[in-house]
Order: sequence, then C-alpha cells, then structure tokens
Amino acid sequence: MKTKNKIRVLIAKPGLDGHDKGAKIVALALRDAGMEVIYSGLHQTLDQITQTAIQETVDVIGLSIMSGAHLPISEKLINMMKEQGLDDVNLTVGGVIPHQDIPKLKEMGVAEVFPGGTSFEDIITGINNLFE
Amino acid sequence: MIRLIEDCDPSAFEMLKLLYPHSGNAFIIGITGSPGVGKSTLIDALILEFRKLDIKVAVIAVDPTSPISGGAILGDRLHMQRHATDENVFIRSMASRGHTGGLSRATKDAAVVLDAMGYEIIIIETVGAGQGEFDIATLAHSTGIVNIPGTGDGIQAVKAGILETGDVFIVNKSDKPDTDELVHHLIMMINMRKSSKTDWTAKVLKTIARDGTGVKELAETFLSHFVFMKKNGLIDRKRKELEHLYFHSLLKDLTLEKLLLFMKGSKDCKKIEEKIQSREIDPLSAAELMVNNICVFKGND
Repeated sequence: MKTKNKIRVLIAKPGLDGHDKGAKIVALALRDAGMEVIYSGLHQTLDQITQTAIQETVDVIGLSIMSGAHLPISEKLINMMKEQGLDDVNLTVGGVIPHQDIPKLKEMGVAEVFPGGTSFEDIITGINNLFE
Repeated sequence: MIRLIEDCDPSAFEMLKLLYPHSGNAFIIGITGSPGVGKSTLIDALILEFRKLDIKVAVIAVDPTSPISGGAILGDRLHMQRHATDENVFIRSMASRGHTGGLSRATKDAAVVLDAMGYEIIIIETVGAGQGEFDIATLAHSTGIVNIPGTGDGIQAVKAGILETGDVFIVNKSDKPDTDELVHHLIMMINMRKSSKTDWTAKVLKTIARDGTGVKELAETFLSHFVFMKKNGLIDRKRKELEHLYFHSLLKDLTLEKLLLFMKGSKDCKKIEEKIQSREIDPLSAAELMVNNICVFKGND
C-alpha cells in the first residue's frame, strides 16, 4: 500500500526572536498544500533545530528569522547540518531578509529564500520544486 | 527508518522483520485525552521525571492529518523541545494519515523500532481524542487518560468507551475549580468496574503539568503499574494479547492490499461495478459474490 510520499517540513524559530505569527501562518499554508509540518516553538538553539530535524526525518527546514541575524544563523546551521550528516535536508529561510542578502544565503547552501511578502503559492511551489 | 515505515516503503517491512526479535523489552505508556487537556505538557514533565531516574525515554506523538488537504500540523513536540538535545530522549511526531482511532498505521511499527533501539519507556501520545478513540489500549501496556475539571457531569464518567480502558486517570489543571468533583466521579466509576483480585485498580491523580505538580507521583504510578504487571505475570499476558492484535491488524492490511491489487486487474470486478452502477445488482450481494469468487478464501471452508 504505497502512499504518496509526503514532504515533511520543520518550521523553526531560532534564537531571540519572539514573533511567530508569520511562521504559524506559513505552517498552515503548507499543511493546506498537503505537507506534514512540525513547528518547533520559539527560542530554539541551532542544536535543538538540528536534533529535531534528525529525529523527525524532515525533508525541509524552514527557518523563520526576523532578527536580522539570518546570515550568521544560516551559516552556523548549515555547518551543523553537515556535521550531522543531514545532506539530504534542504534549508530554506524566510522572514525579514533584505534582497541583497539572498545571493549570499544561496551561496552558503540555502536552497530557497522566501523574504517577507512572498506569496504562499510561491513558497509552496518553491518547496515542491526542490523534489522534482 | 521510521520515515520508511510511514511511507510504506517495502524495505521497511524487511528491516522490521530483522528488528522485531530485539524488541519486547520496553514499557509502553499510552497517554490520551481530549484536545487541549495538556497531554504534551504532561509528557514533557514525565520525561523529566523518568530522566531523573536515568531511564531512556522515547515519545511518539500523533496529530491528525487533514482530511481535506492530507497535510498536518504536528504541534505536540513544541511542548517538549527542552529535551531535544538530550541524547537519551527521542521524540518523533507522526500524522495519523487517515487512520482513525487516535493513532497512525505506522505507530505500532515505530514503537517496535524504538523498543529495539533500547528505549526503556516509550510514551505514545494519541490524537486529541473524544469518546471513541481507544486504539491506544491495543498498543500500550499502561494507558493514562488525561481529563480536566469542568467538562461534564457524572454520566460522562460512566459512559462506555475510552474511559473503560484507562489504568491511570489524570486530572490535569487541577488548580481549576471542580477538580474534586471530577476526581470523585472518576473514583466512583472505577469502583463500579468489574474486577478481580489480580486486577490493577485504576488510580486517579491530580496534576498541574505546567509547573510539574503531581508529575513525580504520576511517574511513580506508571512504574508501579509496570512492577505490578510483572509480578502477576500480567505483562506477559498483555504482551501476548498485543502481539495477537498486531498480527491480526497486519493480516487485515496485507489481505486488503492483495485484494485491492487483485480487483484492480480483474475484469469480473469491473463488470460487477458496472452492474452496481446500473442497479442490476445490489452492493451487498456484489460484495458477497466477489469475496466468494476469490479462491484464496475458499480453501479453508
């Protein structure tokens, strides 16, 4: 009884950032697109996020960052993911991301960047395209 | 591995066969109750107590799959995130994926994997359950039912269903009014159960999961239930009973799978479907006819 493979996504809020309405709304949109979404809750350390991604065998980590620290956080997380052998997990970043930082993030190895204002449709297509 | 099981990957079935002999040691605790009664928060506090005793704990938390989109929000885990980096705690969220009864199809298999991995206690959190989702009793050695005060009168406590299956009753948020009334109703219900001397008398405990009040006692109660079952040989009986149920549910799944596959390629089946559509035959006779036509089922008549 082979069921259609589901995309599992971890929506994570790293560090000192208390705004998670956006993260929750994106989680809902992904749910409505048929994905299984695990929400980490607020104030997660990168270690917690990495361990959660392992235990939950997710396909995608969606970091939600509003604090302006997206560059160092993403870089550190990518390194930790590599150390833990999470090579097949895609990292995506959303939140308050200035457009000039998008190429820097992609260069680091972030698969997709969804800055504030990206439509749900674009997020969903962006994630689905990672698996085509 | 658990992912492969969930996705019904054929290789998972083979790996499970290899792992199975290494399972059968863990104590499986089920936690069920209505949405919002504090199951996840209570499990978070329970993990803390079990860790104090240096017990390795795994949690499988099931949340519902959307019947509309097939997606899911798995939000139990966020109440337990403080244990994320403890290497002796493993937490896995699962979506029910269309399975009713409060668990997912893969929950039992996942429990086998965690058991074989050496987790001593496996806590399974069901979907926020109503009155009829008592599947957990077919999987757990000890079932805890979480209640909160102010949710119904005495008759709720004596209805058939989920409450009949509880070994431990937890009145959470017990700083709220009407707690003692609920405790009273639950005790009354337990006392009215049919029981014999060898039976475990279900316990009622008051907790406040948020600040950990009463959770130490709850952890001790679960452990003493385990010791009680061990002493009376009940745990073996329970394990045998659960294996029997596991076998039967596998049998059902595999048979159905084969049957559906057979029907897909069968011309007879298409003909019968057409006859049902044109009302030449009723669906009941058609189903009977189909089953009787399949030789595998004739063998043992």
